[in-house]
Amino acid sequence: MFRRIEDIGSDTVTLWIDKREFQVPAGISVAAAVLLCGFDKVRDTPVSGSPRLPYCMMGICFDCLMCIDGVPNQQACQVEVRHNMTIDYQRGAAELPQQE
Amino acid sequence: MKQHYELLVIGAGPAGLAAATDAARLGVDVALVDEQKFPGGQIYRNVSRARGQLINYLGKDYMRGKQLVVEFLQSAADYIDNASLWYLDDRLEAGLLIDGASRFISCDQMILASGAQERPMPLPGWHKPGVMTAGAGQILLKSAAVVPQGKLVLAGSGPLLLLLAAQYLRAGVAIEAIVDTTPASRLIGALPGLPRALGAIDYLLKGLSYMHAIRKARIPVYKHVDDLRAEGDERLEAVCFSVGRGNAASEMRIAADTLMLHQGVIPNTRLPLAAGCDLAWDQQQQSWKVSRDDWGQSSVDQVMVAGDCGGIVGARAAELQGRLCALQVACKLNKLDQDQRDRAATPISKFLNRHLAIRPFIDALYAPAPAYQLPADDTLVCRCEEISAGEIRAAARLGCVGPNQAKAFTRCGMGPCQGCLCGSTVATLIADETGAAIEDVGYFKVRPPLKPITLGELSSS
Repeated sequence: MFRRIEDIGSDTVTLWIDKREFQVPAGISVAAAVLLCGFDKVRDTPVSGSPRLPYCMMGICFDCLMCIDGVPNQQACQVEVRHNMTIDYQRGAAELPQQE
Repeated sequence: MKQHYELLVIGAGPAGLAAATDAARLGVDVALVDEQKFPGGQIYRNVSRARGQLINYLGKDYMRGKQLVVEFLQSAADYIDNASLWYLDDRLEAGLLIDGASRFISCDQMILASGAQERPMPLPGWHKPGVMTAGAGQILLKSAAVVPQGKLVLAGSGPLLLLLAAQYLRAGVAIEAIVDTTPASRLIGALPGLPRALGAIDYLLKGLSYMHAIRKARIPVYKHVDDLRAEGDERLEAVCFSVGRGNAASEMRIAADTLMLHQGVIPNTRLPLAAGCDLAWDQQQQSWKVSRDDWGQSSVDQVMVAGDCGGIVGARAAELQGRLCALQVACKLNKLDQDQRDRAATPISKFLNRHLAIRPFIDALYAPAPAYQLPADDTLVCRCEEISAGEIRAAARLGCVGPNQAKAFTRCGMGPCQGCLCGSTVATLIADETGAAIEDVGYFKVRPPLKPITLGELSSS
């Protein structure tokens, strides 16, 4: 439900969001990228499992928590997209790393 | 980046940029710390990279920030970017999380310029996908040239809502409706502030020009609405509200893909609180502000406060407050004497007063509507822990005297946002339910870590 109105730069990066490949403009935040790619949620809440999308885009609301490059609980609005980044939904509370 | 500076400035918005630039010019050894990669704060976000038509869409007030950024980057001040301030105490030790590692920096003096956040606007469905703040919409525009497509509704009250509408219209973004929650009585209440506001007539003309753009584009505007709700199953499907009163009241339902909410901004007082600064309740702005003198000196000797984080003043006034803070810090550090300080301050104070002249009018006109400060029982107040207004009221009836007790009773404010999105509502609800003054109800205590930090990041310092 979002679109781009101006080419700030012609560079794009490849992202893997929920295991699907997307090309997005370089220099934008992960949250902006996820909205631009048309996703209808970034996570399910730990309390009720209800879906959320980015809300404040400035780092205060923590509604955009996602798993970025395997690290959970990242604020998607505060992280800039990088080439070949993997971005996944966060379902409920983050899981602790498994002990080997 | 050094381990110690004479002055640390926190926040690279207009106040912090001006403070750091001027302090460096006055010979102060200074570093500016910010969470973003590029200076500008939220108001001038991404301004150094803005190009093409985006500059015209955002307008010349936004481009004012470019000059501030250029002057700062040319100064001798250090810029510590991408740094999340996770620790701050009254000894002025700043714990910064940079690139996954924590580092501590100390300083002799600190200027806090952490800006403002939007006032939370709790209403039924505000947590559903499809609902975001007007500020979020503007950040998407500034930082990524990304705009909503599909059916967009803007709702709430305040200058930012009108500015965003004007910017969207310039950028060719379709707006289904503007839903204005400003109560009808506000205009009369604001009139006493009008004579002084005429001294800052450019602000009034700007507001009128936004309204003119909205009228010209024939955007439906619903005024003085009540009972605003975001309805939908999994996500937002419609914006519902009532217009008119008594027998003339009618229910409206507007299909929508995106709803952007706004009801003014409030100071981000978490850093001043962490540094031990005294706060006071500001009745006019319906928010807490930092107790500070005309230089920006807080109750803590080494801590100055500039811009919106001490009380909402707006971007241009914030910049001027930053300059006054820099003068006072330079004087404290014996870089200039009091006469030099006062001579340099005179023209700045004069401009500052001109910019502040608009505040009483705007604050009264756009004072938040009670309905979205005191939401109905089933409305979520704490988005992180999903605590409703009814649960807060029940805790107050059980004897909770303030937000910190309510947190222990209900978990409100205990999630990752640490109360940023519920603190003001929780305090207002408790004050209303118990009949206590909001000054006595108080606010959530602020404790490090101010931002989430992993044990790995902590141990890598």
